[in-house]
Amino acid sequence: MEQIYPRQQNKCKLVKVKPERVKLLLQYSKALNIVNHKGLTFENNLN
Amino acid sequence: MQLQVADSILVQNYISGDEKSLEMLINKHNQRLTSFIYSKVLDRAIAEDIFQDTFIKVIRTLKRGAYNEEGKFLPWVMRIAHNLIIDHFRRNKRMPKFEGSEDFNIFSVLGDGKLDAERQLIKDQIDSDLVLLIEELPDDQKEVLVMRIYKDMSFKEIAENTGVSINTALGRMRYALINLRKIIEKNNIVLTN
Repeated sequence: MEQIYPRQQNKCKLVKVKPERVKLLLQYSKALNIVNHKGLTFENNLN
Repeated sequence: MQLQVADSILVQNYISGDEKSLEMLINKHNQRLTSFIYSKVLDRAIAEDIFQDTFIKVIRTLKRGAYNEEGKFLPWVMRIAHNLIIDHFRRNKRMPKFEGSEDFNIFSVLGDGKLDAERQLIKDQIDSDLVLLIEELPDDQKEVLVMRIYKDMSFKEIAENTGVSINTALGRMRYALINLRKIIEKNNIVLTN
């Protein structure tokens, strides 16, 4: 059975992203500055 | 006991500038979203990449003020992830990726044409041995062989440079190779790579 359904077993796996990824997203969010000026949107990355 | 704050409140707080709310949103949905992506792509690294791209889109949309709270936050994020998963498979279909297994390694049949360090050492050794063997040849044969092999000259050019006919140059080359083989056999030299 194990050999017949190996992929199905993987599908049930509970995984989380590493804390480094979360940290990177938080830093990206802090660095991202979006400015609207006269109907135009400007994205600045303040890193 | 951890207090569960509604997504809509966290989203509003984040839009108002509270970065901590984003961290709470990410941590709250981390396992569910990553597991969902992983169940489709079955690769941990790709799942993490897609999770990251999903939240980058979320962050940009929220900061732009383009998010409307008509639906729920999680289904919206799942939809973004779902679209990115489709993009991932489309990209891979255009550029199929081959992954080796334990039985077969693609690099055993594909190479960059360069020798590995050990084979390069053996080749250098053979080249230097060959130079010594060539020195043993009679001068006329040695001259033709060096011009042909090391200077990459044609037999016509060799004939012109040495003042002999092309047939003579060809004959000298032939004897040079025969004599080289004899020297190798006589001295039991092994030249292989």
